Amino acid sequence: MRRLPANFLLGAVLVSIVVGIAALSLIWTPHDPQTMSISTKFAPPSATHWLGTDQLGRDVVAQLMAAARNSMTVALVAVLLGGSIGVALGLLASALGGWVEDGVMRLADLGFAFPALLFAIMLAAVFGPSLTNAVLAISFINIPIFARVTRASANQIWTRDYVAAARAAGRGRFAISRDHILPNIAAAIIVQATIEFAVAILAEAALSYLGLGAQPPASSWGRMLSEAQTLMYLAPQLAIYPGLCIVTAVLGFGLLGDGLRDITDPRLVRAR
Amino acid sequence: MAYFLFRRTLGFVLTLLAVSVVVFAVMNVLPGDPALTILGMDASDDALAALREQLGLNEPLATRYFSWVWNALQGDFGLSHSFRVPVSELIAERLPMTISLAIAGMLVTLVLALSLGITAAAQHRRGGDWGVMFLSQLGIAVPAFWLSILLVMLFAVKLRWLPPGGFAGWSDPVAALRSLILPTVALALVQSAVLARVTRSSALEVMRQDFVRTARASGLSQRRVLWRHVLPNALVPIVTIVGMQFAALVTGTIVIENVFYLPGLGRLIFQSIANRDLPTVQALVMLFAAIVVTANFVVDLLYVVIDPRLKART
Amino acid sequence: MIELESLSAHFGNAAALRDANLQIRRGDRLGIVGESGSGKTMLALCLMGMAPDSAHLTGRLSIDGRDMATATERDWRQMRSRRVAMVFQEPMAALNPLRRVGDTVMEPMLLHENLSRAEARARALSLFEEVGILNPEQRLRQFPHEMSGGQRQRVLIALALACNPALLIADEPTTALDANVALRITDLLQRLARERDMALVFISHDLAAVARATQEIVVMYGGDMVERGPTAEVLATPQHPYTKGLLGARPDPAEAGRDANGKRRRLPTIPGSVPPLHGLPQGCRFAGRCPVELAHCADQRPVFTPTEPGRGAACHLLSETGHD
Repeated sequence: MRRLPANFLLGAVLVSIVVGIAALSLIWTPHDPQTMSISTKFAPPSATHWLGTDQLGRDVVAQLMAAARNSMTVALVAVLLGGSIGVALGLLASALGGWVEDGVMRLADLGFAFPALLFAIMLAAVFGPSLTNAVLAISFINIPIFARVTRASANQIWTRDYVAAARAAGRGRFAISRDHILPNIAAAIIVQATIEFAVAILAEAALSYLGLGAQPPASSWGRMLSEAQTLMYLAPQLAIYPGLCIVTAVLGFGLLGDGLRDITDPRLVRAR
Repeated sequence: MAYFLFRRTLGFVLTLLAVSVVVFAVMNVLPGDPALTILGMDASDDALAALREQLGLNEPLATRYFSWVWNALQGDFGLSHSFRVPVSELIAERLPMTISLAIAGMLVTLVLALSLGITAAAQHRRGGDWGVMFLSQLGIAVPAFWLSILLVMLFAVKLRWLPPGGFAGWSDPVAALRSLILPTVALALVQSAVLARVTRSSALEVMRQDFVRTARASGLSQRRVLWRHVLPNALVPIVTIVGMQFAALVTGTIVIENVFYLPGLGRLIFQSIANRDLPTVQALVMLFAAIVVTANFVVDLLYVVIDPRLKART
Repeated sequence: MIELESLSAHFGNAAALRDANLQIRRGDRLGIVGESGSGKTMLALCLMGMAPDSAHLTGRLSIDGRDMATATERDWRQMRSRRVAMVFQEPMAALNPLRRVGDTVMEPMLLHENLSRAEARARALSLFEEVGILNPEQRLRQFPHEMSGGQRQRVLIALALACNPALLIADEPTTALDANVALRITDLLQRLARERDMALVFISHDLAAVARATQEIVVMYGGDMVERGPTAEVLATPQHPYTKGLLGARPDPAEAGRDANGKRRRLPTIPGSVPPLHGLPQGCRFAGRCPVELAHCADQRPVFTPTEPGRGAACHLLSETGHD
């Protein structure tokens, strides 16, 4: 067993903390995140309110926990949705080749012209801002990313001898894609998914900050920051915690992704 | 070379066309009835009919698409529903703000990222290298809008050195520049995190090559070797990332304008969403996407300028 | 002019260079031969002050009477190009691909001698002529990828000569070149050294090239200098078993270092191969591959034994016959 790289370990610890807190929020938060209490607004940290309360007297810790859950859910759905479509397209392109491959790759190029924010802006203009639209926009930008990674890795596997053997045995392209190609590129896809998870958390936070994502009363780190920004003179501490949460989560998944890549791609480790 | 230029230009034009189809489709087909979207559920039938007539919604989709593209090519993006002026006027008014911010951000990003990346490479596996790698790892994880809030809290609220946001116009250039400092820094710090890493790894790759030893053997200083010999050779991957980062720069500019209340296109687009001003949103999204596509096209051409070897091959 | 006294370079416990002694005077033409890993490139890098940071250097190195032990990087920069210059092995890779070769050659002149661009250009032109580049005017404006390997090597030689160095080190200058191009580059280096009264250190495993270019020769193996003397004599009557092996591996003097297809052979056929640095025996480095090995060879280091003035080898066989 090789020693695990430091970025993997640190990433795993950070991710465990964030995911653990998000999971915990499903069954327990110190207070109800939405309960307002004007009499205790802007309360300093205390035994009852560990990080104090906000402008409406809501408990900050409870809100941060609920926001962690929302953030993880958004990232998970967006990466799964966009990722599975992208992987399917990439496998298809690699299996069929020819004009299908060209077409899929041109479509992927097209996808890169639209940052998630632009797509979210279009959806918000048409349907009104909502968390669903934010999820759709983030999923959408994941499609070309996964399509590219999948096709590039799949094309390498198609040249292997055991694939040639399977073809000689008369197996169809789709059966081979499922039984031979997909298992062999799973590592590359998981690495990409971990990194895109970090990107999705960042995107959700930005969209919610701009009002294109989570709508009141749903808790979101991004929205907490946009509210805190208007209260900078009154309660600057409120602008600190949600940001730290975002950084922890994004850093965690980013490091975990880098670490996984180092573990699964020995070529890169040697190049260091 | 001519063939290369032709192919790239053709690809560029086709991509732009495809982008315009996507934008048009999302903005016109998805909502079903744009007039209803703009005016809301409780609008009167007369008002809806009048707006449909004004937006040309009674024409077939294809006709509307082609007239939109044709007019856009001549600089006519239609009439802003909420501001009651041509969209092109709105854009012309706010474009300088956005361009200044983007260019300033890009320049600071380049200076910062190249210096940090080269320093890290020169100090490979020593203090400076670890420091730069740590900062860039952190920079990738920090959202631009949070960094902006922190900068405002420190430099505007606490130290009172700089304004917390807003922009009073160019009539007072000193005040205008002061308002741009924090937005530029916020934009650049986040952008340069990725670029510094790419610069470092690309420079490390180049430093292993023989000609770097030749340059040292000619008695050139470390500094000159790094900046005049290593950096130009490390540029190709750097330029690729800069091109790809244009998408992030556009996004970043939109976000930063909203954080600092700067009257640019990024603010305009959000005002338009709030006003359900579909023609303006459509024009702006198309404009931003076109900027991203153009940036990637320019990068493709830049490769040839950077590396004379490519001229022979293409 | 340049003196080495028991100069050694260690990476951790492994010695890449052990107790190298050398004196180079103006006009000397010295060949250094040995297989890859024999320490010859390490020696050249030490002379340039360009040994890797991870190498621990001991012993004395002086240039123009100055002890370079205390020299800073800045001091070395003053030496490079003006006192000692170097031509590297791979002309394909040793030139900055994004610069016109003229700019590359002019750069050290502009930096070290404060020449104007016009003066530097004039000197670059005459250097190009001196190293036998045809159409120098036009060549100055070309990029490396527009030139052949031989032309690039000539450009690198011109670059090395840019500031009139007193010593030119050529590290395997012909290895990457075609046979007849290699021959012409060898002759060029030899002629330049004579005409300019410049010292030349010619590092190669190509014995034929070394024989053509040099008056004296040092044979290296595993970081040790195992034999030295006038080139012609050493090649005619080698005293160290390793030198004999090197020579014996030549099918024909004219075809030295090349196989039947005219291709260059990297390692002459001595049984076995050079062990990795840390796997070398502590005594005689050649123990284990030596055909006439004695019992104590692997543990005891042979001392350098002069056999006649300016000639000698480090081998227990010699020192023992010397004692008897």
